[in-house]
Parts: sequence; structure tokens; C-alpha cells
Amino acid sequence: MKTSLTGIQIWALPVLLGLVSACGLTAALLFDGIGDAVSWLALATPVVAALWYGVRRT
Amino acid sequence: MLTRSSIKPWYLVHKWTSLICTAFMLLLCLTGLPLIFADEIDRALGYSVTPPDLPETAERADLDAIISAAKARRPGDAVQFIVADPDEPDLWFVRMAESVAAAKPSAFYAFDARTGDYLHQYPLDQGIMNVVLRLHVDMFAGLWGTLFLGLMGLLLVASLVSGVVLYGPFMRKLAFGTVRRKQSIRLKWLDLHNLLGIVTLVWFLVVSATGVINTLATPIFGQWQSGELADMIAPYRTMPTAQELGSVQKALDAARRVAPDMSLSFMAFPGNGFAGPRHFVAFMQGNSPLTSKLLKPVLIDAQTGVVVETRELPWYVTALLISKPLHFGDYGGLPLKIIWALLDLLSIAVLGSGLYLWLKKRNVSIEVRLDALPNGSEKQRDSA
Repeated sequence: MKTSLTGIQIWALPVLLGLVSACGLTAALLFDGIGDAVSWLALATPVVAALWYGVRRT
Repeated sequence: MLTRSSIKPWYLVHKWTSLICTAFMLLLCLTGLPLIFADEIDRALGYSVTPPDLPETAERADLDAIISAAKARRPGDAVQFIVADPDEPDLWFVRMAESVAAAKPSAFYAFDARTGDYLHQYPLDQGIMNVVLRLHVDMFAGLWGTLFLGLMGLLLVASLVSGVVLYGPFMRKLAFGTVRRKQSIRLKWLDLHNLLGIVTLVWFLVVSATGVINTLATPIFGQWQSGELADMIAPYRTMPTAQELGSVQKALDAARRVAPDMSLSFMAFPGNGFAGPRHFVAFMQGNSPLTSKLLKPVLIDAQTGVVVETRELPWYVTALLISKPLHFGDYGGLPLKIIWALLDLLSIAVLGSGLYLWLKKRNVSIEVRLDALPNGSEKQRDSA
């Protein structure tokens, strides 16, 4: 049987994606121009992660 | 780490909150999808208007002439609001109704702010997008429908939070993003549910929570009207109501002088719930991305056009105003709307897969399912 993962192993990427999403939600609210671009990139990250892990063949 | 017995209540919370709200959340996610692009769709359908191309000019038409022109179109009706749109600085909008205090508008006109020309009348309560909007906002059931959807939204928030708590034990033996495709269809969808749920979590949580706040718009503004606004107009209560309105243009100019770094969002006319019996209230918005979402009410004597008071909105109205863009996704151009739509589609997948997992396993007891968790150490079971 595989060994259990540590809390850090389980939560590192979810927490990172959550922080990136939060930045994306606020950037365009605070700044025009560059803020919009940051929002696009940051909020596209969970979409890309979902597609990458969701459709890849292992 | 959660023990087996401490997982159980979270599991039940996740199951029951989801079961109750999922059908409504699917409705909201599906109707929300076209609503993200409501402006673009209105434009494509010819519901909204683009100001005609004219040579660059600083010339502004007299607002009083525009008000008169609007009144001439519906002589029996009253002007309730004039509205500006920061994205369309060359347009003025005039909202009319059977009376100044009526809840429903009778007409919504667009005028050219440079020439004063009448341009367009927006169709009210018509078309497929209106049906979509009503389904999303209140399911055609008025304020109670809206409040009910707010309650369902709260259940969704509880479902998301309990889902995060369950994510840990479910992922104890699985690397992030693992999707077990070969063992069973159910296992594949369980892994996809966990994956899509955790990656969209913060966005889904924010859109849900801000949606709940939006369902409270009517009570929130009601509280402001009966509290702060009533306070602002209290000194003038004994004075007669405004019979003849003074110049609207003069009132707006006065509001602009007391808020020089702001621009008008909308102005409520005397007798309306957002104004006083003898006062205009001009709602001014800031000019930075964030402050443009916020409003500052300026109370103006309707006969003399003199500003009598201005004060900041209370925190609960500010919370509502900030919730709107965060729910609509309309604050970062078309690319943000497209990303909003993709995240919405992923949320539909989370809801749909959750429903599928329940249908597949609803006859299996919770004890059996908890046993199936990748629990690992016997020590933990002993302590449970």
C-alpha cells in the first residue's frame, strides 16, 4: 500500500491555485491595463490546471 | 488529520447542502452563462445603441432640454432617474415610469449627450435574455424568489467549505490531479469532481458569496433609505414637497462642484425612493477602477439647485456595490468575461459530477463509503 501524503504534499498546489485566483479576482478591480492582464493570466490558471489534469492520459 | 469519526459530519453536511441546492445552482450556472455576455448580446440584438460618429467636441447638450424631450414622449409619465454610463460618455439615459416612485419603469430612453438628440428606446421586459435574467434573479417569483435563491447560495457556500474539508482525506494517497480512469467510471468522476472542485474553489466561493449579497440588494437599499437617507432629508421634512422642479442641469453642476474628481452615475428625482420629497440625490462615482464601483450620494435642493448635504454610503451598501462586479465578471474586458464563462462551465461540471456520484452511490451506507477512504494507518482507525 502506498504511504500517505503529508499535508504539505496534499495542500501545496490547492493553496497556490487559490492564492493565484484571489490575485486574479482583485487585480482588475484595483488597476486598469496591467491589472486586467494580471487578472486574465491569474484566472486562466485554474482553467488551464483543470484541462491539463482533467484530460491528460496517465 | 481528520479521523474517521470526525469526517462523518462534514460528509453529511456536504451531501445534504449539495442535494438541496444543486438543482438551483445548475439553473443559476446555466442562466448565468449567457448573462456574462448580456451587454454583447444586447448590442448584437440591436437592443442597445451606439452613439453616432461626430467630430470630437467638448460640447454638451443642456440636460433640461433632454428631460423636456423625454417628458414630451410620455406626457403622462414622470422622470425617475437620469443615468450615465462611464463606458458611453456620449449618452444620457432617462428612466420614466407612471409615477416618480413606481417600482417598474415604463420607458428607458437614450439621448445623445453632445447634441441632445433622442437616439433610442430600450425594450423593457422583452426577449429571451429577459427570461434568462428573470430565471437567474428571482425565477419569476419576485423578492421572495430572490431571497430563496440567496438561501440556496448560502447552502452552496456551506457545500464548498465542507467539500474542502473532505478533500484532504480523499487525497491522502493520491498526488494532486490524479484521475483514476481505468478502475471504474464512478472513481474517474469522483477524482474529476475533486480536481475541478479544488481548482475552481476560490472563484466559485467568491461568485457564490457575492451572489448571496446581491440577493440582499432590496433589503440593503431599504435599510439605507430608512436609515441614512431618511436622516439626510429629516431637516426638510416639514417643508412642502417640490411642486416645480428647478433646473436639473444646475443641480448636476452643483453636485459636480462638490465632488470634482467624480462623475455622475445616476440622479434620482424628487419623490423617488432614492431621493427626498423635495431633493434630488445625485449618486457620484469615482474615476479609478475601484472607486468607479462605489457611489457617493449628494443631496440637492430641487428648486434652488443648491447642494445641501453629502455623505459616504454605509459599509453594507459599499459591500453590495463591490459584490456586483465580483459576481458579474464585467470589470476586466471581454477576456475576463470569457474566463468567467470557462470557470462557470467548470462549476457546472463540479455540480453535475457531484449529482452523478450521489445517484451512483445513494444506496450505499455512509459507513461503507468511509471505510473505502484511503485511510492508511490502522492506528487511526483504533483511535476513532
